[in-house]
This record gives sequence, C-alpha cells and structure tokens, in this order.
Amino acid sequence: MSTKIDKIDRLSELSAAKDDERGVSLWTEAFRRLRRNPAAITGAVILLLFVIVAILGPILAPFTPTDPSGIREGVVKSGQGIIPGPTGDHWLGYDHQGRDFFSRMLVGARQTLLVGVISTLIGLTIGALIGGVAGAAAGLGGRVGRWIDVVLMRIVDMLLALPSLLLAVSIAALLGASLTTVMIAVGMVSVPVFARLLRGSMLAQAGGDYVLAATSLGVKRNTIALTHILPNSLAPVIVQATLTLATAIIEAAALSFLGLGNPDSAIPEWGVMLADAQPYLGIRPGLAIWPAAAIIVTALGFTLLGEALREALDPKLRK
Amino acid sequence: MPLLDVRDLSVTFARRGQRTVRAVDGVSFGVHAGEVVGLVGESGCGKSVTSLAIMGLLPKQRGVTIDGVADFDGTDLLKTDARAMRDIRGRDVAMIFQDPLSSLNPVVPIGVQVTEVLTRHRGMRGEAATKEATALLDRVGIPDPARRLKEYPHQLSGGMRQRALIAMAVACKPRLLIADEPTTALDVTIQAQILELLKELVRDSGTALIMITHDLGVVAGMCDTVNVLYAGRVIENARRKPLFYEPRHPYTTGLLRSVPRLDAGRGTPLNPIRGSVRDVLPWPDGCAFAPRCDRRVDACVGEPPALVVGYDGHGYRCVNPTPQGAQP
Repeated sequence: MSTKIDKIDRLSELSAAKDDERGVSLWTEAFRRLRRNPAAITGAVILLLFVIVAILGPILAPFTPTDPSGIREGVVKSGQGIIPGPTGDHWLGYDHQGRDFFSRMLVGARQTLLVGVISTLIGLTIGALIGGVAGAAAGLGGRVGRWIDVVLMRIVDMLLALPSLLLAVSIAALLGASLTTVMIAVGMVSVPVFARLLRGSMLAQAGGDYVLAATSLGVKRNTIALTHILPNSLAPVIVQATLTLATAIIEAAALSFLGLGNPDSAIPEWGVMLADAQPYLGIRPGLAIWPAAAIIVTALGFTLLGEALREALDPKLRK
Repeated sequence: MPLLDVRDLSVTFARRGQRTVRAVDGVSFGVHAGEVVGLVGESGCGKSVTSLAIMGLLPKQRGVTIDGVADFDGTDLLKTDARAMRDIRGRDVAMIFQDPLSSLNPVVPIGVQVTEVLTRHRGMRGEAATKEATALLDRVGIPDPARRLKEYPHQLSGGMRQRALIAMAVACKPRLLIADEPTTALDVTIQAQILELLKELVRDSGTALIMITHDLGVVAGMCDTVNVLYAGRVIENARRKPLFYEPRHPYTTGLLRSVPRLDAGRGTPLNPIRGSVRDVLPWPDGCAFAPRCDRRVDACVGEPPALVVGYDGHGYRCVNPTPQGAQP
C-alpha cells in the first residue's frame, strides 16, 4: 500500500518537474547546455578569475604599483642593466622603473579587460546598428530598402578593405594617443564584422516561413524586423562578440605597444607593460613574458567561452 | 457575385540567362462566402504561387510579372498598393501555411505572436489582448490555453502548432481564408482533426476557404467545388461530386485511377500516370498534359484547349475528354 502512495508521490514529482520545463526559451536552453560543456566551464572560470583580479587588483596588490621604490632604494639601475628578478618580497621582481611588477600585473588587469570590453561594445553597437538597418531594409524594404542596404554595405566594405592594424593606427594618429583612442580604434576595426554578420543573419531569417506567415497576417514591417527577425539573428552576433573580446585585447596591446595607447605609463596596462619591456628583453625576459601570458590566457578564456556559446546556440546541434 | 473572383491570373518569373517560367497561366475561379474551394494539383503546378499572388506576397522585383484580376468584394487585390494590402492581410484575408513549425517564430512565445495580430488589426492591448488570445486558443481546441500562451513553439506538438497558426489566422474573423496544404506536415490522425476544425470554423463564421492540397482525400472530405491545376492552368473545375464520379479531363481521371483502393485484391498493380510533371510540351501552346496522356490526339499539340463548360458548370480543357459514364 505504501509503495503505491510512493509511486503516486513520485508521479506528481515527475509532472511537477515537467512543469518546470515549460517556457524554456532558446536562451535558457542554450545556457543549460553551456553548463554541461567542459570547455565553457574552463573559459568561464578563467574569465571569472581575471574579473575578480580586475575588481580587487588594487586591494590585492602588495605594493603601490606606481611607486618606484626599487630606484629609491638603489636596487634597480636600469641604465646599467640591473633589474632584479623575483625575490621573496617582490614575487615577479621589479620593472625598469623600480616598481613592483606583480602589483602592476594585478592592477593592469582592470585596464586591459576594460579596453577589451568597451572597444568590443563600441564595435558591436555601431556594427549592429548598421547591419540591423541594412538587413531589415534589404529583407523587407523593397526597392528603396535594397538601395539603403547597398549604400550601407559599401561603406562597411571600405572599412573592411583597410588592414585592421593600419585602420586602428590611422584612427589613433587622428585622435592623438590615449586610452580612449585605443578603444575607439579597436572598436572601429570590428564594426564591419558585426555589420556584415548581423545583416547576413537577418537576411537569411527574412526568407523564413514565419516571416512570410507574419506578413500574411498583416503584421507591420517594423514589428516583423524587431520582434521576429532580430531576436532570431542575434545568436551569431553574440558569439562573435565573445571572440572579438579576445582579439580586441590583443589589438589594444598591439596599439599600446606601438606607443599609441595611454602615454602615461604610470597606470599599468598589460599592452603598455609589454611595450615597455622591449629594451630589457635580453636582461629580464620575464617583464615581457608575464603580461604576454596574461593577455593570451584572457583571450583563451574568451575564445573557449565563445566557441562553446556558438555550439550551444547552433540549432543544428540542439536536441 | 462571388466574394473572391479570380480572372485570368498569370504569373511569370523571368531571369536573365534562363528560360522565362509561366508558373500560373490564365487561372480563373470564384469563391463564394461560406464555400470551400479546392485547388488541387501536384508539386509545381502553380497552386502556391496562385495563393501567394492573391495575398500579394510574391516578391515585387524585376522579373516577376503578375497579370489578371483578383476581385475581392470590389477591390482588385492584384492592383492594391503594398500599404493597403498590409491592412487587408490578416483582417479580411488570412493564410495558413504548410509547415507549422517553421511558420512560427522559434524565439517568441505563442502568446506574443497571437496578440500581435490582435494589436495590429483590432487595436487590443494588455489584458484585453491576452484574454482574447486565450479565447482564440480555446476556440481552436488547444487545452489549457492560458498556459500555452507562455510557451514557445518547440514545446507544442505539431497539431497544436497548426491550431495556434489557425487561431492567428482567424483572430480577426477574415472573410477569406487560404489554407496552403495545412495538413501535409502532420500525422494522419492529426490531419483529420485539423480538417474538422477548419470545417467547423467555415460553418460557424461563414468564412470562405480556399483549400490548396494535393491530397484527393482532403478534397473529397472538405471541398464544395474543385479546381484541378496542371502546369499552371485550371484543366478541370466542377462541384465535388461530378468531379469524383464523372471526371472528364484525362489527368483528373488518371489521378483518381491512381489512388490505391482498399477493395482491390492483393497484388493488384497500382495505376500511376506515366511520365512526370516535368514532361511538359517544349512550346507554350497546346495541352501541357499531352506528353503523358493516353487519350492524346493530333489536335492536342496545336493550340491550348478551350474551356468546355458542360452540365452544372462542369468545365474542362480537353479536346478528347474521358467519355461520360466511364468508371474512373
């Protein structure tokens, strides 16, 4: 008798569990599969670590990152090629200006991540705006729409035709060297990618049956573009954004390395640190290796997460 | 005076470097209020293009030419501009498509998609729209409609998705409904339920229904009058009974003969129509079915066969029709 009641309880549990599954959207579903993917977890853990460091960096840092204590105490004499390596107090040694390198690494995380995120957001916003308008116009706007699309896309093609670093360098040269310049320059480089991606994705969706069905019900074109086509076209753009974050950090580092970043090297940033290490590569390679490794690992984290996200959102792989 | 009067509808697709295709060639038929009219034919005969042309859903681009008249209660749908057409679609004329899964937006809950139509044409918002949407889902036989509104298309079964699409199509009580193979993507048992639902809606609201199908069983169960299409032309049109009992065009006869019969003995071979729909005449005049026809005579290849109208409006385009009284 009790087993029968147990079974009834179990049954209602099962049906309750089924109720929880109601209202599962594409995104919830994707997140669920993301959690089961080891690559996604690895990427997320790496990024989480770096984000924590970025937030808590100044608190965690054992020394003031801008204090040239090494020179004051006479330990560092970069003119004579004396830059001490790791010690018990200074885990990664000093940099060429006698500042604690480990502290600079920790504090630099914030700037570097900020550059990556903001420049990607700049590229994403402008690119998605251009691509979204072009895609909607081409897909639904008739003859006028096709013209709008052609004009917008040719502008994007012009951006795409320039090598990305050259484009970034010319923007940076135009606006003068600063951190803002680096973000704008790196952001502009990714504009064509986002624009083309969203446009193509929207155009593909515009030919979909559900768009025809909505049209056959007299739904307005603006509504179709915004509530039907756009949400279905966003997945590849979001994936691209995570991948762009990785390249944005590397490109920002490259610009800083070329001396187009923040001229005030007192505020630590991995790209600038990499550039500063150049003359001392023979004496203390660690000064270049650590920031380079940090950049690479951050990029790896974003890439892992991005790739996993792409897989999770791919409808062909969904069960 | 029929509600929708289609006269001499022709649609051609021209592409540079390719042969111009005349997908629909002088199609005429009428639909009265409360009537179910069938458009029957195999793939590529112009059924869907006909319906898309009436709905104004064919892409307006170079190379697509639409001629003729589709008089809907005094308005020629083919000449109406795009803006006015958007007002008519969904309110006066609505359409149901073949594949219910791909016809619903996968990332938007059902409720949003149903209320969208109500907002667009009936100005309903918020609570009132949700209430009406619930009533609509209930009317098309979706159990627990309030909860279903919050669900996404992939959580509904195929039959329920088609019911939801029907709910969206009838949301504004259109006077004309076009169903383009509404049951093709569904299981047989669900097919019967969906057809029953459509029949009920037509009977209760007096909506005229154009039923596009290649399934003769659907025609037999649903349609009042039937138009048989072949290669873009209506080759036979009649009321349901005469068409099934006394088909005059050899194509219709062949179609009916090719239906497998339950009372035929085991091992009885099927009776297909020989050739395929691609075996059309290489020149435009003449009967397109001639290359596959058993009753072909020399006159078939000369000029397009004229419409012969017989008893009770039974029309056919054939110079050597199946004799009356022959068993199909």
